[in-house]
Amino acid sequence: MMPQLLKSREAILLAAILALLAIIASRFPAYVEPGNLINVFNDTSTLIILAMGQMCVILTRCIDLSVAANVALTGMVVATLNTLMPGLPVVAILVVALVLGACLGAVNGLLVWKLQIPAIVVTLGTMTIFRGIVFLISDGKWINAHEMSAGFKDFPRMEIAGLPMLSWIAVLVVICFVVMINRTPLGRSFFAVGGNPNAAVYTGIDVGRTQFLAFTISGMMAGLTGYLWVSRFAVAYVDIAGGFELEVVAACVIGGISIAGGVGSVAGTLLGALFLGVIKNALPVVNISPFWQLAISGSAIIIAVAFNAQSSRTKGRVILKSAEHTA
Amino acid sequence: MSIFKKALTTATIATTLFAGAAQAEDMRIALVVKALGIGFFEAAAKGAEEAAAELGGVEIIYTGPTDTTAEGQIEVINSLIAQQVDAIAVSANDTDALVPTLKKAMQRGITVISWDSGVAEEGRQLHLNPSSNPLIGNMIIKLAADHMPDGGDVAVLSATTTSTNQNIWIEEMNKVMGNYPGINVVATVYGDDLADKSYREATGLMQTYPDLKAIIAPTSVGIVAAAQAVVDAGKAGEVNVTGLGLPSEMAGAIESGASKSFAIWNPIDLGYSATMLSHALASGAAEAGPGAEIPMGRMGTLKLDENTNGAMADPFVYDSSNIDEFKSIF
Repeated sequence: MMPQLLKSREAILLAAILALLAIIASRFPAYVEPGNLINVFNDTSTLIILAMGQMCVILTRCIDLSVAANVALTGMVVATLNTLMPGLPVVAILVVALVLGACLGAVNGLLVWKLQIPAIVVTLGTMTIFRGIVFLISDGKWINAHEMSAGFKDFPRMEIAGLPMLSWIAVLVVICFVVMINRTPLGRSFFAVGGNPNAAVYTGIDVGRTQFLAFTISGMMAGLTGYLWVSRFAVAYVDIAGGFELEVVAACVIGGISIAGGVGSVAGTLLGALFLGVIKNALPVVNISPFWQLAISGSAIIIAVAFNAQSSRTKGRVILKSAEHTA
Repeated sequence: MSIFKKALTTATIATTLFAGAAQAEDMRIALVVKALGIGFFEAAAKGAEEAAAELGGVEIIYTGPTDTTAEGQIEVINSLIAQQVDAIAVSANDTDALVPTLKKAMQRGITVISWDSGVAEEGRQLHLNPSSNPLIGNMIIKLAADHMPDGGDVAVLSATTTSTNQNIWIEEMNKVMGNYPGINVVATVYGDDLADKSYREATGLMQTYPDLKAIIAPTSVGIVAAAQAVVDAGKAGEVNVTGLGLPSEMAGAIESGASKSFAIWNPIDLGYSATMLSHALASGAAEAGPGAEIPMGRMGTLKLDENTNGAMADPFVYDSSNIDEFKSIF
């Protein structure tokens, strides 16, 4: 019998990350130096924050494909705001980003809740709408480093105890989600709604409202990331974070969040995001042909998910085995 | 109306038109742009005025539609034909859509050239490209080499692996590497024209090659992201980011010292050359045709290839001395 610990998704994922780090270190030892690992974590911070929001949505049997477009839109709005009012303190910018992001997420949530449209359709639509609005606001033009104020750009780079602010925000977000998912009625209702919506209704949980809240939280995280993204790369334009929504969903799935809803954990999501982050940051330094890189990151995702599926398969008794074969 | 009367009327009108053109004191050259209100084209108009002042007796009509549509440009060109201008130099919104209208203009004896964004061969007498692939390929490595007197390692940050123009420029660059001894291209990486991936690739390059002296990014997303990565790694001044970028986007990188210089076409020179070429053709001083060489003032001469395309010059180099002037233009 394997100990319970080894069976858990999180343990397998953690082992996979450590194995990955060992392989990379054998080819490029500098990768595992503490300074570089901090860089890797810092680079993965945006993915972690977005994956936390996405986790809530997926837990309720929905999916949010508009997160990257939300990042682009909020990012463009705060960057524009900064060029118009360079004196605005970063705290105010953060509030604007969080509120605007939450509002955009709430639009998704309302459509899913009140009009009962499938989440994948709603967010595919809002994804293009948000990108379109970025174009309207910016007129297709870029907002560049020299147009942003120093305070705006410096905030995510500010170092506290050796770790940049961007990483600290990710840490803070993870702690908030641990508390919310494990210690609040809302966190439990995400699992209830995703696990068995009918049963959830009987226990007095409003399924639509819970999904609405999940989308709002996801949007809020996207808004936060919008500011962080734009200030970190010091540029805002229509296509920022293009295709990033798929990476966010991948992080969740690797982390063991079931696409069918109701199963998952904050730790799993965190490890899923870190797994992708380690790969993304390692590929440029280990000297692999760029033509192979895409195939490698894709395979890594499938292998991780296959592992998850194997480890989570509940062994039930098979009745009517022969009937199943003839069918 | 009888055929005779019709012919007579036509002849009368034609005579009047002809007389009208002959009586005009100034040669009128119309600079038709993709849309009004774009900094790049305003700068080109400035260059056209400069050429007009140099030539004397030339009036520049700077015009274009209010949005970047081919229909808008057709309307503008029709009204220019009605005004009987002497030459039309157009930066087209569509390669083919303008051809019938421009053909009509040429039938009326108007000189037609395209510049910046071309028109299909039958719709113009010549096309002026801002630069050419070999010139760009040479320029991007020259930009890096100019700041590396002792030689050293450079790396290329491109867009996607399948991006045609990027690959051609890098290929042209590799062809002339022999002219730059001591300079080694150690890697070519791909940022997919995504800010985050380009940033990560640039960071990776600096880790893998600690002695890296320059990153060449012939893509506007890549060059900006690489410059930011260099600043964040605290290597501004050590690793020079160069390549092709726009002054408005690169002003911050020049200021921080992450980039010493970069290149892109100069819109002023482009407007100047287009005007010079239009004047040369319209006045009959030169004729467009495969292999022809047409003078264009301070920009030298334009050599036409078999498709009557010509390349103006090397990309123009921007650095701390001129960035402030150009960052508000485009």
